[in-house]
Amino acid sequence: MRSSSENRALENPLPAWLYKAFVFGFGSLSLIYLVAPIVIAITMSFTAGQTLKYPPEGFSLRWYEALFDPVASGTEHIAAFNSLKIAGLAVLGSLLFAVPATIGMARMKRSAVGTIEPLLLAPLVLPSLAYGLAALIVANFVGFQPSLWLTVAGHVVVFGPLMYRAASVVAQGINPSLAEASIVMGATWFTTLRRVTLPLLLPGILAGAFLVFIQSLDNVSVSLFLADARTTVLPLRMFALIEESLDVRVAAMSGVLICLTLIVLLVARRVLAPSR
Amino acid sequence: MKASGFPYVIPMLLLSVAFFATPLAVLIGFSFIGPEGVGFHNYARFLGDAFNYRVLINTAKLGLQTIVSTTLLGVPIALLYWHSGKTARQVIIFLTLIPMLTSNVVRTFAWIVILGRQGPISETFVALGLAERPFTLMSTELGLVMAMCQIDLPLIILPLIAILSRIPVTYTEAAQVSGAGPWRILVTVLLPMMLPGLLAGWILVFASTSASFVTQAVIGGARNIYVPQLIYREVGTLFDWPMASAIAVVLLLSTGILLVAMTMISRHRRLVGHA
Repeated sequence: MRSSSENRALENPLPAWLYKAFVFGFGSLSLIYLVAPIVIAITMSFTAGQTLKYPPEGFSLRWYEALFDPVASGTEHIAAFNSLKIAGLAVLGSLLFAVPATIGMARMKRSAVGTIEPLLLAPLVLPSLAYGLAALIVANFVGFQPSLWLTVAGHVVVFGPLMYRAASVVAQGINPSLAEASIVMGATWFTTLRRVTLPLLLPGILAGAFLVFIQSLDNVSVSLFLADARTTVLPLRMFALIEESLDVRVAAMSGVLICLTLIVLLVARRVLAPSR
Repeated sequence: MKASGFPYVIPMLLLSVAFFATPLAVLIGFSFIGPEGVGFHNYARFLGDAFNYRVLINTAKLGLQTIVSTTLLGVPIALLYWHSGKTARQVIIFLTLIPMLTSNVVRTFAWIVILGRQGPISETFVALGLAERPFTLMSTELGLVMAMCQIDLPLIILPLIAILSRIPVTYTEAAQVSGAGPWRILVTVLLPMMLPGLLAGWILVFASTSASFVTQAVIGGARNIYVPQLIYREVGTLFDWPMASAIAVVLLLSTGILLVAMTMISRHRRLVGHA
C-alpha cells in the first residue's frame, strides 16, 4: 500500500500552482491577445503621421477631419449610406419573414419543428461565399442584374435565420396559456398578437435585429457578388482603400465603426439585461 | 385559436427553399457544365491542376491551424471565466463580444498595423536586438494564422462560456472532495463537459475561415492564395462561372463533411459528457 503523499504525487504529476499560473496567466494573456488589436486600431486612428507606423507619430484628428470632409471622402460617405440602407432593409426583411415563423414554430409539434428548423437555419452554417455565387448565377438566369435590392434580398436570406434563432430562444420560454387566455377573454387574433405575443417576443426580436444589422453592415461574401458597381458597400470600399493605397483614413473609419459597435453593445445590454 | 402554427412558417420556408436551396441546387448543376457537355470536367480540371491542388491543401491547413490556435487560446480564457467571480465573468463576456461584433475589415486592418514593417512586433524585436532590421509578417502564413486566430477566437469562446455557465460548481467540488487535483479535474470533469462547445466552435471557426475572403486576400497577400480568392478570381477575372461553381461545391462539401462528422461525434454518448 502506498502512502497518501506518494499517491497524491502519482495522481497529480503537475503541481497545483502550475494550474493557477496556466489559467490566470495564460488565460489573461489570451484575453489581451483578443482585445489588443481593437485598442491598436483605435489609437492608430489618432496618428499625426502619414503612415501606419505604430506607436503613432503624435496625436491629431486630421484623419477624422479627412474622413468627414464631404468632398475628399464623398465615395466613402456614399458607401456608408448604402451599407446603412442595406442593413436597415435587411433587418426589416428579417422581421417580416422570421418573426411569423418563430410564432408559428412555437405552436407546432416538436417532431415537425425538428424537421423544418434545420432547413431554416442552414444558411448560417453553409459558406456564404458559395451562396453569393449561387444567388448571382440564378439572378442572372432570371434576368436580374446585381443591385442594391438584390443585395438586400441576399442578406435577408443569409441573416434572417439569426433573427429566427434569437426570437425562438425567447419564444420557447413563453407560456402558451398567456395567448390562450387573451383569446378566451374575447380578444381578437390581431389584438392578441399586438398586445400579448409580440411584447413578450420583443427582447428576442431586438437581439435578432441587432445581430442582423451588425452582420449585414460587415458582410463582404454576399455583397461581393450581388452589389453592382454603383452600390459600393462600406466593407468593400475599405477593402479597396486597403488594397490600393493603405490610406490612413481606414484607421479613422475603423475608429468610427468600433465606437458604433461599443455604443450599440452598451445599449443592447441595457435593453436586453432585464430579460436574462 | 388555430390548431397549427404551420401557416406562419410558410413565408420563411418558401424564402429558404426558393432563394437558398434552389440557388445551391443550380450551383451544383452548373458545376457539371463544361465546354464538352455535361460531366465532371470542371472537377477533373480543378483537382488535376497542381496549383489548385496546393490551394485546396493550404486552405484545409489554414482551417486546421486556426482551429488549433483558437482552441489553445480559447480554452484558457474559458477556464479563466470558470474560476472568476460574477463581475469578472461579465467583463470577460464583454471583452469577447467587442472584437466579435467589430467589423471583420476593421480587425483585418488592425492586423496590417500589427504585422507591418513599422508595426509593434517588428519594432519590439529590433529594440530587443532579436532582429537586425525591421521586418514584416504581412504576406506570410504565420501572420495570417495570427490574425485569423484573433478574428475567430470569440467563435470558440462563446460556446464554451455558454456551457460552463450552466455547469454547477458542485460538479468540480465533488471531484475536489474526492481528492482530485486541479489538473485531474480539468481532464476528467471540465474538458469532457466542454467538448460539445468545442465541437460547435470548431464548426463556426471552419465556416468563418472558408468565408474570410478579405483577411486572406489582404494579410495572405499574392503569395498565399486560398479557395475563396480562387472562386472570386474565376468569377471576377476569368468569367468562368461553371468552374467557380465547381470550386464552390468543393468548399460546400468540405464544410458539409465536417458538419456531419462533428454532429456524429456530439451524439456519441461515451465521448461527450452531457452538460
